[in-house]
Amino acid sequence: MSSDSATTAVNAGDLRTEEMLLNMGPQHPATHGVLRVMVRTDGEVVLDCEPHVGYLHRCFEKHCESVTTLQSVLYTDRLDYLTAMGNNWGFCMAVEKLWGPELVIPERAEYIRVICQELNRIASHLLAIGTYGMDVGAITPFLYCFREREKILTIFEHICGQRLNYNYIRPGGVAYDIDDAMLGMIRDFCAYFGPKVDEYDDLLSTNDIFVHRTAHVGVLPVKTAIDYGCTGPVLRGSGVARDLRKDQPYGIYERFQFNVPVGTGERGTLGDCFDRYMVRVREMRESLRIVEQAVKGIPGGEIRSTKIKGKIRPPKGEAYTRIENSRGELGFYVVSEGKEVLYRVKCRAPSFHNISVLPAISRGAMVADLIAIIGSMDIVLGEVDR
Amino acid sequence: MDTQTLVEWVLGENPAFWPRLIGVVAAWALPITIWVSLVGLISIWLERKISAHIQCRLGPMEVGPHGALQTIADGVKLLAKEDIIPDGADRFLFAFAPILAFAGTFVSFAVIPFGPDLIIADLDAGLYFLAAIGSLEAIGVIAAGWASNNKWSLFGSVRAATQVVSYEIPMGLAFVTVAAVAGTLSITGIVEQQSGMVWNWYLFRNPFMPIAFISYYIASLAECKRAPFDLPEAESELVSGFHTEYSGMRFAIFFLAEYAAMYVVSALACVMFLGGWYTGIAPLDRAVAASGLWANALGAIVIITKSFALIFVQMWLRWTLPRIRLDQMMTLCLKVMVPIGMFTLVLAALWQALVPEGSALDAAGHPAHPVVGSITGMLVFVLLIVGGYMWVRSTIRGTTSFRTANYKV
Repeated sequence: MSSDSATTAVNAGDLRTEEMLLNMGPQHPATHGVLRVMVRTDGEVVLDCEPHVGYLHRCFEKHCESVTTLQSVLYTDRLDYLTAMGNNWGFCMAVEKLWGPELVIPERAEYIRVICQELNRIASHLLAIGTYGMDVGAITPFLYCFREREKILTIFEHICGQRLNYNYIRPGGVAYDIDDAMLGMIRDFCAYFGPKVDEYDDLLSTNDIFVHRTAHVGVLPVKTAIDYGCTGPVLRGSGVARDLRKDQPYGIYERFQFNVPVGTGERGTLGDCFDRYMVRVREMRESLRIVEQAVKGIPGGEIRSTKIKGKIRPPKGEAYTRIENSRGELGFYVVSEGKEVLYRVKCRAPSFHNISVLPAISRGAMVADLIAIIGSMDIVLGEVDR
Repeated sequence: MDTQTLVEWVLGENPAFWPRLIGVVAAWALPITIWVSLVGLISIWLERKISAHIQCRLGPMEVGPHGALQTIADGVKLLAKEDIIPDGADRFLFAFAPILAFAGTFVSFAVIPFGPDLIIADLDAGLYFLAAIGSLEAIGVIAAGWASNNKWSLFGSVRAATQVVSYEIPMGLAFVTVAAVAGTLSITGIVEQQSGMVWNWYLFRNPFMPIAFISYYIASLAECKRAPFDLPEAESELVSGFHTEYSGMRFAIFFLAEYAAMYVVSALACVMFLGGWYTGIAPLDRAVAASGLWANALGAIVIITKSFALIFVQMWLRWTLPRIRLDQMMTLCLKVMVPIGMFTLVLAALWQALVPEGSALDAAGHPAHPVVGSITGMLVFVLLIVGGYMWVRSTIRGTTSFRTANYKV
């Protein structure tokens, strides 16, 4: 009897299935550009994954060593091309720091910078939310988000003539002034946009299938997030209220009333994909509040510092500044020798650090979850690869 | 007029095998081929326009009025495309898979009626035939994924196998429930019993039929691989799933099979639950019943309209809902739908056996006014619809926490 059952019992070794090495990307609809992820799977379960970056490497830092400071601003547009205003600002802030406290940015320019940055943050988050919906299979929210994004891009087109790569914020101020008609457009947008966020909540955030697809998925513990240097909505999704606009106010951010949304684990575990998604939705409301306040309080006056005229020759020295871009902490380290061309530029890109945490949180998830996790990281490969 | 009489009318009695075969093909396969293509053309155009209007777009507008000929233009483009068979693919299986997938759907049309007489083969076991032949498409899909020699395709086909095989159970349970109530597996037999007024439809026959209908509809979404069950295709996860490597006409055939399958399951829902070719207004049906031509014409219009109404709901769902995950799909099937289907079957059968109905039969042998079964059936149906709507609304209203900034700072 016992020998009988021994022969019929299935040997556990026979049931072990073969692992599969899956190459996701660089041409894959859900990798948001040219990310390549090598996934080791057991059936649909991800055993391990490794992001391979560099397919969009354009030698940004080296370029900046061979073109003038003003021309370098143009290259920063191509980093995080969804928040080009933030890149411009981050780079210009680093360059401006070389002058020290004697360089004062005019009030009006500071307000314009805030307005543009926050509008751009909304546009960026709209795309993040829209494509995230698409990643989990809901295509319609994407087009709703683009409908609103279109309005912001039209405003930018009026302000600086560009819709994606603005090259608008320059060392010492901004390139062009904005007039009352443009301010009116922004005011109209503010009135229009608030109810639209409710619409996304109705369509996507409260959708039962969406919640089930994102809650408890890709849980990023606080310690892991900090260890890997995650910033922005990815870190805040894990419940850390870290926002440079509050913690280390730059520009004129200390003048505005706004909250820092953090993940609460309301639908699942703290730090899951849903929290990261929800942080972005709430940040759009907060950005809207900042824009409303800035449009109300914008003073008249100059838009460029008189200190910087003609050719820009930053004083000798080095400077590091960081700003809260829509994807996290964007840092620029610049070294100047007092010439028109900077000696060295180093960019600390938030997406690069955020994507590095992917293997740590996607082990044991399913392939469909991996897509949801990559989407919730909201990476821009232009910035990852620089 | 059935096939037998038609062929005999043309070829005389007892024709030889080959003329008879050709006669049958000419008589029925050709019109059905045309109808399947037409269904494909119309529903692809509808899908584009409906998705466009849901998404604040216009959709195709250039080719023909409101882009009505866009699908034909695309078909011509697909015909002109290079037929690529990837290196390392199983060439025979790769070429055969689309045919297999299409054949399953195509053959289903043999028992899908368009009117009292417009049915190719009124099989005694029509429902059984449909349940059996429906699996053929799954084999085609699995073959396509395997033959492509592509890991994404393989994922897609394994998902398709899992899904289609699993959801055949709740679907089959709905079939059995209907068969238990009708006492027959014949398609025309089932429809005939639903003549008369709306409350004679099987949807309202007893309090459990609305549940069976909704269960069948969800299972049919999964069988057709439509959102939220579009896991085998899952364009954001698996590139294109099982048809990733297909191009040109082979892809078009998969596409056509999908839309034809949508029509088949919708028409079947009409037959089983929504009164088939009957309008649900007894005097109207009785008025045309005398004339075969008018009865069939009205029947075709009615059943096609009902089917496309259900197809519209399929599209509506697709462009609203995200995709569920593989494990959630299985959980829904095995832990929710199969038990519900079981209980529905048992309770509906018990109701049929124990509750006396038909106290006031009209001339056609159907209840002339709502009986206890149809009243409770309608009540349950309304409750399900209203309850579902209110549940969805409540999840949305529950989001006040999303709107007000009550999260900690």
